[in-house]
Amino acid sequence: MTYHALAHRQSDHVAVAVRDLSPGDAIIVRVLEGGPDVTIAVRDLIPLGHKVALEDVPAGADVIEYGERIGRASGAIARGAHVHTHNVKTVRWSV
Amino acid sequence: MKLTGYRRSNGAVGVRNHVVVLPLDDISNAAAEGAARLIPGSLPLPHPYGRLQFGEDLALTFDTLIGTGANPNVAACVVVGIEPKWTQRVADGIAATGKPVDAFEIERYGDLSTIERAARALKTMMQDASEIERVPIEVRELVLSIKCGESDTTLGVAGNPALGRAIDRLIDQGATVIFGETSELTGGEHLIAARCETDAVRAAFLKTYNEYVAFIQGTGADLLGSQPTEGNIRGGLTTIEEKALGNIQKTGTNPVKSVLAPAQRPIGRGLHFMDSSSAAAEQITLCAAGGAVLHFFTTGQGNVVGNPIEPVIKISPNPITTTTMSEHIDVDLSPLLLGDIALEDAANRILDSFARTVRGRLTNAEALGHREFVLTKLYRSA
Repeated sequence: MTYHALAHRQSDHVAVAVRDLSPGDAIIVRVLEGGPDVTIAVRDLIPLGHKVALEDVPAGADVIEYGERIGRASGAIARGAHVHTHNVKTVRWSV
Repeated sequence: MKLTGYRRSNGAVGVRNHVVVLPLDDISNAAAEGAARLIPGSLPLPHPYGRLQFGEDLALTFDTLIGTGANPNVAACVVVGIEPKWTQRVADGIAATGKPVDAFEIERYGDLSTIERAARALKTMMQDASEIERVPIEVRELVLSIKCGESDTTLGVAGNPALGRAIDRLIDQGATVIFGETSELTGGEHLIAARCETDAVRAAFLKTYNEYVAFIQGTGADLLGSQPTEGNIRGGLTTIEEKALGNIQKTGTNPVKSVLAPAQRPIGRGLHFMDSSSAAAEQITLCAAGGAVLHFFTTGQGNVVGNPIEPVIKISPNPITTTTMSEHIDVDLSPLLLGDIALEDAANRILDSFARTVRGRLTNAEALGHREFVLTKLYRSA
């Protein structure tokens, strides 16, 4: 079966869209490290290469991809939402 | 894998046979380019620096110029400089490889006479280089380099894991591979530190990395506006940490054998880290000065960079890029992103392009004339 997004690890909070996604799409997420596919209802327009949330992430929590922290949620992120610079901030370059 | 290349008199192996005209400094560009115009096929490398640099910054310019001339892809070299002493210093550094080198100074001659003298030397070098034949070579004789640019998330899930697999296989066959991009390890530096082969290498790596971060912080500037780049963000990369974690995928799984200064030549096979900017042309120029003869470059959004002496193989898994910028992409890995081929097949496509490029096929960047030769300048001149 084909997929619409790729996640690195089963523990990741986000997956990368491999095609443009629209609100209401029910998508299949393939996990690169193995394990069952995940089905997600998309909430936002998510262009190819942008990320979709695989679970709810509360504001202030670490956001995990590659099994590692890629930043911190600057607002609450809902499962199926577009995850990008509007709701995730680096914790490394901050001044 | 059947490969051919040029075995130089010092034993180093190249995959190209360039005759280079190397200006010592900015004001020698005109004479260097003038001589190259008279001798078709010779390769001028104009650049904007070389005057009133000092200390570590000056040393890096010398190392880069000498390393470039010494690169095994260069058959012979003419150095043109404003005055004789530093011109000869660069020429002597290159001549240590045993290859033909001539030096010409401009003062007390002027550009026109210098162009004639340099062109006469170049003509003979071109004729002699044209007689050098390709011979069978082995992967273990090659120094390679890697970098990604205009990255996006498609590199993290597809392009860079595929290149990492190819790099693992080349290192298994004895290749020497240089990676760099100090600032773009931020958020994943602990993963590289964990792969350093010895405690001494780990200490050297962390010292290099931490000094770079301290340098950035010391400027008082916020790198947020530069890293990730606007291109990265458009492609879906959100933070420097995410960019770094994707970046690191392309290094494969081998241990890090040593930490190299910018433009330093690696000793021993395997994977080496070179302290370098993450700007594409600067990093590739430094790798070439460190002896790399072929470069793998993964791109998401479509960085078009090339290098004058080191062929650059461009790899992209982003289907938008591979369709809208197909003339730049040597290896189209969009079938990997979409699940139509396996990771091993993707690595095979990269290695097939590698073998053809080594044997002499021009890369897209070479065919399009991308010859970005960009010196790294560490601070302002005196």
